[in-house]
Amino acid sequence: MSVPHEALDFERPGFFRQLQLRDWAYFALMAAVAVISLTFYGENMDRYDIGGLILAVGTSAWMGWFWRPWQAFSIIVGVLALFGIWLYGDSLAANETNFWLNYIGSGQAGVMWMSVFLYLSTVAYLMGLFSNSDFPARVGAAFAWVGAGAGAMALLVRWREIYLTDPTWGYIPVANLYEVFILFAALTALMYLYYEQRTGSRNMGAFVMLIIAASVTFLLWYMFTRDAHIVEPLVPALNSWWMKIHVPTNFVGYGGFAIAAMLGVAFLIRDRLERTRPDAAITQRMPTKETLDSVMYKSIAIGFAFFTLATVLGAMWAAEAWGGYWSWDPKETWALIVWLNYAAWLHMRFTKGWRGPTMAWWAIVGLFITTFAFLGVNMFLSGLHSYGEL
Amino acid sequence: MSNIDQAADAGPSSASRQKAARKPRRSRILVDFMGSMTLAITLLVALSIASVIGTVLVQNEPYTEYLMDFGPFWHEIFAGMGLYQVYSATWFLLVVAFLVISTSFCVYRQSPGLLKDLRRYNLQVKEKSLRSFHSSATGDLDQPQDEFVQHAHRVLKAQGFKAREKNSDGQTVIAAMRGRWNRLGYLLTHVGIVVICVGALADGTTLLKINEWLGNLEIETRSVPISEVPRSAWIPDWNPSFRGSVEIPEGASANVVFLPMREGYFVQELPFRIELEEFRIERFSTGAESSYESDLIIHDPNRDEPLRHTISVNYPLIYNGYAIFQASFADGGTRLDIDAIPLGAEALQALEVPGRVFQEMDIPTPDGDTRTIEFINFQLENVVPLLNEEGVRENRHMGPSFDFRLMDRTGHGLYYRNYQRPALQEGAMYFLSGVRESPADEFHYLFLPADADNSLERFRTYLAMLHNPEVRNEIARQVARDDDTVEGSQNQAIAQTAAELMGLFAQGGYMAVHNEIERRVPAERIEEVRDLMVRILHAGLQGLYMEVLQDEGVVSIQEEEQRFLEDTISAINAISLYQSPFFFHLKDFEHREASGLQIARAPGQSTVYVGSTMLIVGIFLLFYVSYQRLWIMARRREDGEGTHVVMAGTSNRHQVEFEERFAHLKRWIIEQKPVRSDSAGDDSHNKNA
Ligand code: HEM
Repeated sequence: MSVPHEALDFERPGFFRQLQLRDWAYFALMAAVAVISLTFYGENMDRYDIGGLILAVGTSAWMGWFWRPWQAFSIIVGVLALFGIWLYGDSLAANETNFWLNYIGSGQAGVMWMSVFLYLSTVAYLMGLFSNSDFPARVGAAFAWVGAGAGAMALLVRWREIYLTDPTWGYIPVANLYEVFILFAALTALMYLYYEQRTGSRNMGAFVMLIIAASVTFLLWYMFTRDAHIVEPLVPALNSWWMKIHVPTNFVGYGGFAIAAMLGVAFLIRDRLERTRPDAAITQRMPTKETLDSVMYKSIAIGFAFFTLATVLGAMWAAEAWGGYWSWDPKETWALIVWLNYAAWLHMRFTKGWRGPTMAWWAIVGLFITTFAFLGVNMFLSGLHSYGEL
Repeated sequence: MSNIDQAADAGPSSASRQKAARKPRRSRILVDFMGSMTLAITLLVALSIASVIGTVLVQNEPYTEYLMDFGPFWHEIFAGMGLYQVYSATWFLLVVAFLVISTSFCVYRQSPGLLKDLRRYNLQVKEKSLRSFHSSATGDLDQPQDEFVQHAHRVLKAQGFKAREKNSDGQTVIAAMRGRWNRLGYLLTHVGIVVICVGALADGTTLLKINEWLGNLEIETRSVPISEVPRSAWIPDWNPSFRGSVEIPEGASANVVFLPMREGYFVQELPFRIELEEFRIERFSTGAESSYESDLIIHDPNRDEPLRHTISVNYPLIYNGYAIFQASFADGGTRLDIDAIPLGAEALQALEVPGRVFQEMDIPTPDGDTRTIEFINFQLENVVPLLNEEGVRENRHMGPSFDFRLMDRTGHGLYYRNYQRPALQEGAMYFLSGVRESPADEFHYLFLPADADNSLERFRTYLAMLHNPEVRNEIARQVARDDDTVEGSQNQAIAQTAAELMGLFAQGGYMAVHNEIERRVPAERIEEVRDLMVRILHAGLQGLYMEVLQDEGVVSIQEEEQRFLEDTISAINAISLYQSPFFFHLKDFEHREASGLQIARAPGQSTVYVGSTMLIVGIFLLFYVSYQRLWIMARRREDGEGTHVVMAGTSNRHQVEFEERFAHLKRWIIEQKPVRSDSAGDDSHNKNA
């Protein structure tokens, strides 16, 4: 009468048993990347470089297991970046003569493609919101993938370009506003794509891509008016291993907060539409309030967790570079303000069970605070964080 | 009350609920208030506002600046509220202290409930309450009760639940939970925050403030040599935590650091002496600094041998708990060998001035007056980023420069910056001297043309001759004689005019010439006379130049010689605005730098790091481990052999995901069917791949 146990699927296979052949192949590829890098370049690496390599490759391998699309994404980006680096050879001047470098392989070209595709993606998602078909949003997602890939490639190639400009300068390209804006656009797009896939709710893209498009606009403005893309040497205090982990960690935080705020906007719009035009097609096409609320919470959670980590890493770096883990420097202080704000948000949700428009508004306000901490501090306040003055 | 109970609206009775129903005792009210969310949020907001103030109002400026900015009235109020040092103001420390206390109370209040959440499975549930759960299900199975219970245990175990079972009156209750680490996350985050704050308070200035209240310490506000700082501003090395800075010139040493404190400072003693052997600036090819390095020697009475160590930015020396950082650099009193070249008749008789940065000296001027020169700074490298003709960025290396101020007897004077080496400017070489009224202004530059040997020799010769009346007269006569356009009878008059004009020009440039013309000539003829006069003046200046070149042995005049004359004339014209009787030319120097060290002692640092680690681990546990509980109640069906099942579950996070999970559990446990037909065993993991 009862079904035999073997036929039921409640036995959870262990994590490793869920992995398929392709997962192991990806892992092997990542291991091979690490081994090859160490064999060929190992003698030029100190223990921090080796640690960084293993951390990066390990993170990538884990990402590939955790989220399969990452596998193809990282491989394509890696190959393109290697192509650009190979085209350069040992001379930055190749960029002036080589067609491929000029239009595809150089950091600058990557940034331009990123900008184009992220803009196109925004347009496609917006069209998707107003059309009956799923197609525009699918195109939007595809463009967002391409845009994020171009941005990631641009950063990797730029890394090499910095060394080519002057071998003694060498630093990871997350040291000035131009570079971190590329990072922000690419990373936020990726984080969004993850949530889109996990929820299957494509129409969130129309909102999230808006903030990404805005950041691309800023990036382009900054590049064209301030020549921000020109490679300059680092100021001594930034020349540290800590930067490699502190800055990217921070941007997972910023990305999460930005997504949450845009979903907050979507939430408020849907909330209003439900009251004013409950039967309109547009209302039905908006993501549901439950989805928005849930993804908003998740992106604030991941943002908060990484922002905390980044702040602690920043404190450890400050202890080394400035002689104290906390100096109440404006940038640090604003990081604390951002942190306190989201801590309060989370408390209200956890302990008082707050939901709905209030939390959506709060997430939007949070993004203003975050933006001030990210940009405003550099523009309006002085301090030890010398990088990225406008 | 604990979160899990809230999620389960009509959930199983919990300890805290029962407590709430009792009449609260007074101590309980205090605990409730101190650990309340409202207080915590209020404190968080207060902390944020204080932080904003601290970033908007620039902190730790000299009090005189604040006085100028805000006026005496607001300055008094702001100073009284401690707004110039928000982060060490008493009220700010109190807010932090309250936060620590509040969080501790919160932890204290939550802990019993937490421990219960961890250990108690709560088998005393009623069917009615289970049915009222948001996630709840019932079923009537044909399966015998013990077989069902066995099956349920299998599923729960496979799904990662820990379960307890109780049987009474033929009824089986299974209580299960998973994700207990989540509850630990709450403890870790909040205890982490307390630990961080405690560590940070230990590293703050609280101890010094207390000693100041007790009258043991008194801030020094004057900037006087260290020997004149009274003992009341000295802190012996008992002080466990501080952060201060000291500047040590090369070859010198220090055994104190200065701790900035409100409008003044304290002097902190160190148990060792730090000597600076050498300071270096490493540079990129662009000339931008790549690193600062100091070779230090630590002389410690407890050591047999002094310790030698090189520190640089990002690579401090940690010595016996004292961390010594490379923070800044400055001039350490560079020796400057300077020629004071009089800008007049004595231009060829330079005065030797042995200067030193930060020193002042008096210099007699040729006209019997004195000026005081104050050497302000020396800069070994000057790199100016420029866009070249192709629009590519380029760095120009300008070589060493020194800054000084030249004052007259009343103490008034301008600020100057002179470069040692001539610089290329539109194809010719010039000695540059910048001049400005105050350090806040931009420099205006005096360009003295360099001759073919890159020296000032020719210019000085010309200047000296121009200032010599006899030479002027002689030249003027020659010029008049050589001029074929005028009759011999007018020669005399022309010669006199030329000599006079040259004299005027030497004293005050074109301005003096114009003024003289305006004084003597009626307005309607000025235009015409001025043209004539300028022609005569230029003829004279040109004649003088020919004389100079002849003395040098130059026979043919090329374009560059002509240009040199034009530059010389412009330079002499500008000297009248330069307001210095000398041009100070740097001959030689002996560079001496000072390294700015920051020395800190922070015994709380490792505590802060431990707290931070707890915080981070706790946050990840809270967010990414979800705490789930499940109850299953089974009894014999009243109408026969089968089993009646009630099942309910709750989670403190991720309601949406939990509902999906509950649906799966229901399908497996009650319906006993696979969730997926293909039965790949792949649950939510990778479902989008
Ligand atoms: C680092 C970030 C923080 C996180 C992630 C966090 C998380 C939480 C969570 C999840 C709860 C509910 C506990 C439960 O599930 O029963 C809670 C409660 C509480 N938290 Fe935090 N917390 C943080 C920081 C703080 C800070 C800085 C304070 C300072 C006062 C604080 C004070 C409280 C208090 C008083 C409660 C108890 C509320 C009540 O019992 O009504 N928390 N926190």
